[in-house]
Amino acid sequence: MNSLFSLIPLVVFFPLLGMLINIFFGRMLMADENSKAPGVIASLMAGLSFVIAVLMFVALLGEPEGVEVPFMTWFSISAGSRTLSIPWTFKVDTLSSVMMLVVTGVGTLIHIYAIGYMHGDIDEQASKRGLSSDEAFDLKRRRFPRFFAYFNLFLASMLILVTGSNYLVMFVGWELVGLCSYLLIGFWFDDPIVGIYNSMAGRKAFVVNRIGDFGMVMALMLIFWTFGTLQFDDVFARAECMRTASQFECLAVDAAQMVETSPNFSLMFGFGLLQPISFGAITLSFQTVMIAITLLLLLGATGKSAQIPLFVWLPDAMAGPMPVSALIHAATMVTAGIYMITRSNVLYAMAPFSADTVAIIGAATALVAATIAVAQFDIKRVLAYSTISQLGFMIAAVGLGGYVAGIFHLATHAFFKALLFLSAGSVIHGIEHGHHATAHKGHGDHAFDPQDMRNMGGLRKHMPTTIVVYIVGALALAGIPPLAGFWSKDEILLDASKHDPLIYILLTIAAFFTAFYMGRQVWMVFFGQPRTEAAAHAHESPPVMTTPLIILAVLASIGGLMNLPFGRLHFLAEWLRESVAYAHVPAAGEGFSITVAVISTVLALAAIALSYIIYGTKPLQEGQADPLRVAGPLFTFLNRKWYWDEAYEAVFIRPFKCLANWLAFTIDWRFWHDFVHDSVIIQFFDGWAAILSRPVDMGIVDGAVNGIGRLVAGASSRLRRTQTGYVRNYALAVALGVVAIVAYLLIRFFAN
Amino acid sequence: MFEQYYPIAVLVLLATVLSIIVVFLSRIMGPRRPTPKKSAPYESGMSPIGPAVRRLPIKFYLVAVLFILFDIEVIFLLPYATLVRELGVYGLIATGIFVFILTIGLVYEWKKGALDWE
Amino acid sequence: MQLPILESINLMAVLPVLIIAGWACVLLVFDLLIPRSRKHWTAWLALVGLLGAAVALFFQIGHFARLGSEAAFDGMVTVDGFSIFLQVVFVLTAIVGVLLALDYLPRHGIERGEYYVLLLFTTIGMMIMSMAADLIVVFVALELLSIPLYILSGFAGMRETSEEAALKYFLLGAFASSFLVYGIALTYGGTGTTRLTGIAQAVTSDALNLPLTTVGMGLLLVGLGFKVAAVPFHMWTPDVYQGAPTPVTAFMSVGAKAGGFAALIRVLVTAFPAIASEWGTLIAVIAGLTMLLGNIVAISQSNIKRMLAYSSIAHAGYILLAVAAAQRSENASFAIGAVVFYLLAYALTNLGAFTVAIAVERDDGTGTEIDDFAGLGKTRPWMALAMALFMLSLTGMPISGGLVGKVFVFQAALQAVPGDPLLLAVVIIGVLTSVVSAFYYLKVIMVMYMREGEGKAVLPLALKTVLAATAFGTLVLGIIPGPVFQMAQRAMLK
Repeated sequence: MNSLFSLIPLVVFFPLLGMLINIFFGRMLMADENSKAPGVIASLMAGLSFVIAVLMFVALLGEPEGVEVPFMTWFSISAGSRTLSIPWTFKVDTLSSVMMLVVTGVGTLIHIYAIGYMHGDIDEQASKRGLSSDEAFDLKRRRFPRFFAYFNLFLASMLILVTGSNYLVMFVGWELVGLCSYLLIGFWFDDPIVGIYNSMAGRKAFVVNRIGDFGMVMALMLIFWTFGTLQFDDVFARAECMRTASQFECLAVDAAQMVETSPNFSLMFGFGLLQPISFGAITLSFQTVMIAITLLLLLGATGKSAQIPLFVWLPDAMAGPMPVSALIHAATMVTAGIYMITRSNVLYAMAPFSADTVAIIGAATALVAATIAVAQFDIKRVLAYSTISQLGFMIAAVGLGGYVAGIFHLATHAFFKALLFLSAGSVIHGIEHGHHATAHKGHGDHAFDPQDMRNMGGLRKHMPTTIVVYIVGALALAGIPPLAGFWSKDEILLDASKHDPLIYILLTIAAFFTAFYMGRQVWMVFFGQPRTEAAAHAHESPPVMTTPLIILAVLASIGGLMNLPFGRLHFLAEWLRESVAYAHVPAAGEGFSITVAVISTVLALAAIALSYIIYGTKPLQEGQADPLRVAGPLFTFLNRKWYWDEAYEAVFIRPFKCLANWLAFTIDWRFWHDFVHDSVIIQFFDGWAAILSRPVDMGIVDGAVNGIGRLVAGASSRLRRTQTGYVRNYALAVALGVVAIVAYLLIRFFAN
Repeated sequence: MFEQYYPIAVLVLLATVLSIIVVFLSRIMGPRRPTPKKSAPYESGMSPIGPAVRRLPIKFYLVAVLFILFDIEVIFLLPYATLVRELGVYGLIATGIFVFILTIGLVYEWKKGALDWE
Repeated sequence: MQLPILESINLMAVLPVLIIAGWACVLLVFDLLIPRSRKHWTAWLALVGLLGAAVALFFQIGHFARLGSEAAFDGMVTVDGFSIFLQVVFVLTAIVGVLLALDYLPRHGIERGEYYVLLLFTTIGMMIMSMAADLIVVFVALELLSIPLYILSGFAGMRETSEEAALKYFLLGAFASSFLVYGIALTYGGTGTTRLTGIAQAVTSDALNLPLTTVGMGLLLVGLGFKVAAVPFHMWTPDVYQGAPTPVTAFMSVGAKAGGFAALIRVLVTAFPAIASEWGTLIAVIAGLTMLLGNIVAISQSNIKRMLAYSSIAHAGYILLAVAAAQRSENASFAIGAVVFYLLAYALTNLGAFTVAIAVERDDGTGTEIDDFAGLGKTRPWMALAMALFMLSLTGMPISGGLVGKVFVFQAALQAVPGDPLLLAVVIIGVLTSVVSAFYYLKVIMVMYMREGEGKAVLPLALKTVLAATAFGTLVLGIIPGPVFQMAQRAMLK
């Protein structure tokens, strides 16, 4: 084993160290108002983590089959002869290395960007709350290090997720990133105006993810029951084995140790009659168990990766500061589901039904989210729905078996979506500054929304760098060659066209909408005339923010190089071959289809042209309604996101609340309290009280309620009185103890 | 089963009988010319009547404790002296450590002023 | 005449003890040269000695993990995983004891170099306790452990409570020691040896003197039960804990108890396996009584030191439960692992809790009421959080070492139930009293967070360090108990 591999724990511990420094010394580091030290430390730790990731990459070049680096035993429980041992082992293989590079690379850039952005954001908050300069400094001293502590924690958690070598460690990371997401969505939970919405958004994300986590936990339990382990390698090896052999043989355990089942009492359920897996009295076929496991895993993925039906949290999650949206809710955390499915590709290969379900869900999400994005006005929400849509592309890809295409799109998407979010942040930053410049002159009103695209327009003059990088990101997302997005999306479309025409059609339509809404956004934000004073006074962001943008723009442009579909340039496919057993690897010459490429490019260009005709030729004027409103109810339908939230409200939340109210007020209060407790019990006792004397009644009722407590308290104070403080009494107690012990021993001895 | 305890029983019996005999013998045989001083329980001058707990200067206790310490040193050194050749270097080292530790104690109390009477 | 040869003395095996012993002697003389206003030098020097012992122990860990055990002083002491593990606990406790006193003593105007020297001496006593393989050594170690503690209890001599504590502790301690000696004598009378392994052989081969030996064992139990504060030999505990200077209380509530348990385990398991069911039943009954009394009386305490005293009695009960479980030879090693793990978890948690008590205590020795904790949640959020963690750990709530310790103890006891059904009843008592204990532990948390108050506390760097370390340790034991428990499991008697 290459000794470089042993460095792998550092990839997690650098960000953890950064978090600890920021938690414990963050305030000290904030020497003055402009101090950037916490951010610098956090970025440095992220950078060091990136260096480790690169070293892992280098080491893997020599040993592409990957290694597992043991770190420690997390816990080990034995019950009888069976042991559940969960080691925290780092899995370094080509798949996790790609994830590590993306997470730490993009993460580092966003950390650097956040130094500038959060300074501005906190100042903005301070002025919103009307704080004095001392109070503002105090706010900054508390919040600036806190933000970076969370950010570093997120990085560490995400790396735990992608480097864990078993499902449980992965699940730990999975939950930790969820926690960070929650903390950061509600970062401004105390904002005087929208604070409550921020915290509600955080809660929504948490609760919705919990539904997905339910699936994950169930899947984990099923996996452990079926395979007797949670280690990735063992699970996959045993799964392969169990396709043909029985559970007994594959787990290499003594048959007596398995749960005993009598054939008379066991019922066989499920598709196919392959190897049976017994669950006590119930036996399921191996096929059914695999479908159950993979569908439950998929439920987890739909939560974390914002797919139908659990995507509703992601748009709301945009309440967090912009770097959070960029890093967590676009580039990295939301891709955890794709990573998890890719990691479990062996399982999905054995459950074609689940794989198809994955693909359908992905494609449907891609299309639905793309249509919603068309009718949004909030610059971040457009990007949020775009993210959901692109995640749908990836999920569809991995569902089809195009794991390489999925991971490829994951990487390029991380580049250009981070770029788009950060540039959008730069735009908002600029608008806010413009708003300040005007507000101080007395034009401002507090209802001003710096994220509403209707309040923008004509920004190209004021933000020369931002517009360039934004357009690069938009074109990459729209899939215009030769930018990165084209290559990855094309690979997904090609894969779909070969395997499933329906999915291909859905995704192609989604791609058309993608190009359209990006065009719409660019025209609305940057072209035409400023529609507000704020837009007219916007200015470019500082270099600490624009530099990462430029780097990301370069990556978004040339990111396609990592996996060009021509012969030996298909690097990523070669790279992942070692760790993803069931990835489609196209035969030579079939990696690229000119037809598919031309269709998608032409559609994208057409969509951009259409957006130009609608928004570019006649720029929106101040106060003018969106031209798409001619579509009437359809536009409203899209603008209100297909009424998903309302549907959930009607189908789940309201019945749930009704049920809760019913349980609380009818069952618990009226039935238990008013009827059972107040009427039945009390009347019962009252009735007996008439017969029994009053003290007995009191004794019973009180005794039932707090008799035990009083007994203990009484015993306590009575026993306390034995503590007289006299040595002679103490010695007497010892002596009595001696007598008792000796007497017991002698009696026992002579009784025998 | 208790045969082996017989000697003890004999010993107890013997001790009891002997002590009774001795007390009675002295009563019978000894001449008796009592004076008030002689009748007092303690001939050493301690008055038996008065508060039972009387204050004594703490120095007496201190000296008594120190005396015990160095008394024990003598108790150890005396048998060592009789076997000094047989025990050889090993005994020398062991006794040396013992004396060294006691010396530390001596130095400590000296320095603390425990040996100053006033 | 057969003289012991140097190899059989095996000084390397007891190197940590030798380091501290030598250093303590040197320090005693050295302290005379240090001027009155510079007594903290003695403290730092004492720390140096303890760290030296810690380093020696560190090397021994590896050594004994490979070799198992070694005898020293011609078999009078045995150094094995068990004793090494406990010695680590003792040295850590002593380090904490020094750190806690660093500011406390001058603050209360009782700073004298002897504190640190005595601390070192009693630590030696504890360490030898853990490796004693002969009843004579047990006795000597017990005295070496006890006598400095008697003095330390009275260290705040100008306070009457402190004097009273010292005198009571001394009188009762001497009383209990006399039972121990009597027990040793009877055992010797019954078996003809004081060597633990020799006793074990004699007990199995010679049934004639068994009554003598059994009663001797019972009296040994009394002597050691006194040290660990088991009912009915517990009565000194609240008075002494309350009266002694708080760092001393912290130190002895952990160290003396662990020392007592070390000797108890070694004597019972090594010397008396043949009459295991006798002592198993006795200890199970004592454990049940101890848990009941400690937890119940703790409820009506208003003084934090007294409350922690009863809490320490209660915890002695839980540990005794695991000791009782060691009667079954099949799961003796698990039970011993549970004991030492519990001792470590309890040491960390209790030292942390006392650290907070020290921080809250005022210079005149007041400020030890639970009501004095009011308002700490606001004024000292981190400290209050740590205290809350310690209280939860003592209760046995999740993510704390206390929970894991309790789980292991109950598991050990349940495994032994087939051999002694009585244990099942005691386990039930243990679980129920754990619930009862939530009353008084959570009360502290409630007072800290819910009641308005000044919330004054003095928290110098030394205390902060101790607080952070103990809280961290408690958490680590709670979250990843695996590695430590594996070590504890390996801490078997050889």
